[in-house]
Amino acid sequence: MSELPGDLLYTKEHEWLRREEDNSITIGITDHAQSALGDLVYVELPEVGQDLEDGDEMAVVESVKAASDVYAPLAGNIIAVNEDLADDPEKINSDPYGGGWIVRLQPSDGIDEGAMMSPDAYQQFVDELDD
Amino acid sequence: MPFIPHTEKDTREMLEAIGVDSIADLFDEIPAELLIDDLKNVPEALTEMEITRLMRERADMDGTPMSFIGAGAYEHHIPTAVWDIATRGEFYSAYTPYQAEASQGTLQTIYEYQTMITELTALDVSNASLYDGASSLAEAALMAVRVNRRVKSGRILLAPGVNPVHQQVASAIAWAQGLTFERLAQDVTSGNVDFDKLPDDREPVAVVIQQPSFPGTLEDVDRLTTWAKAQGALVIAIVNPTSLALLKAPGHWGEDGVDIACGEGQPLGVPLSSGGPYFGFMTCKQNHVRQMPGRIVGRTTDLDGNSGFALTLQAREQHIRRSKATSNICTNQGLMVTAATIYMSLLGFDGLARVARASHANTTKLVLGLCAIDGVRRLYEGAFFHEAALRLDCPVAPILDALAERNILAGFDLTSTVGTDALLVCATETKTDSDIEACVTAFADVMAACNVKSA
Repeated sequence: MSELPGDLLYTKEHEWLRREEDNSITIGITDHAQSALGDLVYVELPEVGQDLEDGDEMAVVESVKAASDVYAPLAGNIIAVNEDLADDPEKINSDPYGGGWIVRLQPSDGIDEGAMMSPDAYQQFVDELDD
Repeated sequence: MPFIPHTEKDTREMLEAIGVDSIADLFDEIPAELLIDDLKNVPEALTEMEITRLMRERADMDGTPMSFIGAGAYEHHIPTAVWDIATRGEFYSAYTPYQAEASQGTLQTIYEYQTMITELTALDVSNASLYDGASSLAEAALMAVRVNRRVKSGRILLAPGVNPVHQQVASAIAWAQGLTFERLAQDVTSGNVDFDKLPDDREPVAVVIQQPSFPGTLEDVDRLTTWAKAQGALVIAIVNPTSLALLKAPGHWGEDGVDIACGEGQPLGVPLSSGGPYFGFMTCKQNHVRQMPGRIVGRTTDLDGNSGFALTLQAREQHIRRSKATSNICTNQGLMVTAATIYMSLLGFDGLARVARASHANTTKLVLGLCAIDGVRRLYEGAFFHEAALRLDCPVAPILDALAERNILAGFDLTSTVGTDALLVCATETKTDSDIEACVTAFADVMAACNVKSA
């Protein structure tokens, strides 16, 4: 298992969340997820301004062998999408926690941190999946 | 002799393993009232010799009439080589193979087909084909909803000339997904869309334009495409592939072309047959390709640097994307497409243009001849390709019946479609001057009898 930034929250859907200074949330998929998917060839992004409920389909990441939905980990309004992914979806492979971010969301309520995992908990979750 | 390799012992052991008494028990969940225990209308089995004789007798009942019916399926000369090559063992399959890349020849055929269809329609990408023209419209409408997701109305606007059968099929396939199909107002003189009555409040997902229209007229496709784009709609073209040798390709309609083109591929080397099989084609702009249904063959380079062919963009398809696939029709009409590819290769673009010009010239002769008869005139004004609607001063069905007795199928009865006594006639390159003269003479005879009766 590779790097797992300590300042992020993680979900069972293999997404990560980072709280920004303006209280918005940046969301991407984890290194584990990108490595399981393989080389990404396309990312279908939502539209800025779209309102999402917790669990709504938010984006689709497509690799040469699979396509997976990325779900909204909490309710909110999309305030930005990573346009760079249109031309360079492999950014998610090369830099999943940085340049490979997918959307930025303004949450409609607070984050239910109980529903998220700490880096350690996510590490354990992934280790158990691998067993 | 059943073609099932299991012995009774095999079957018993398998049933025991899953704890079921009989094979019938496996179907327990089907409600009893839905089961049919005797098929009264299915006759007893016949021997091969008897069935051959029966089929020959039935075929003879069709006779060999001279047909001037088009209405969506067209009689064209098919060079013998088309089906001679298409039915060779290497090509003789209805499907893309399951281990696709092991069949490079099949993939290359489909790739060549895709290349030709994109050239004909002047769009960027083609899929490997769909079932038929009608279902290609349904797929195009569903695709438009996925592409144009900003528009939530689910409303598809149809030019008045869209084939009514295609509309029925598209509606049957797509209604449960919230799509509705509405017709734009018709100008009764031209038969085309009435530009003065175009609505600006319908928020259409897509506008569908058929060229030539079902009743044979030619729409102002540029103006209608431009209007549709201004409404925020995608534009879907339904086109006749033969006509594209003469008419403007949908990729050039309006300012920057339509988004999706689809239609019935039968005119390209597939014989007329009740119920098919025919094939549907679909092409689109590059930026819509991920929402396109069906299989797509791409060209690639293998590890050794050799050129090869592969199924591409498969993550859209149901074996990977499951219920979220772009379509659950992830097959194609491989055999029909093989025939179409050979047909197009043999004719070339110039050959196709000669077929189109001859068909137009023959239909013009037929229409002029018929319109010289008392009680026959054009239903709509304006240019046509190889099919035109005619209005009669008396009911159409008895006229067509009387002509059928003379071994002439003179046209498609439009009465129920347009609500007036009218028929649709078509004379392709297969008709000679004397065929057309025979049809006109017989038509005049039959009309004279009818005119006397109604006078």
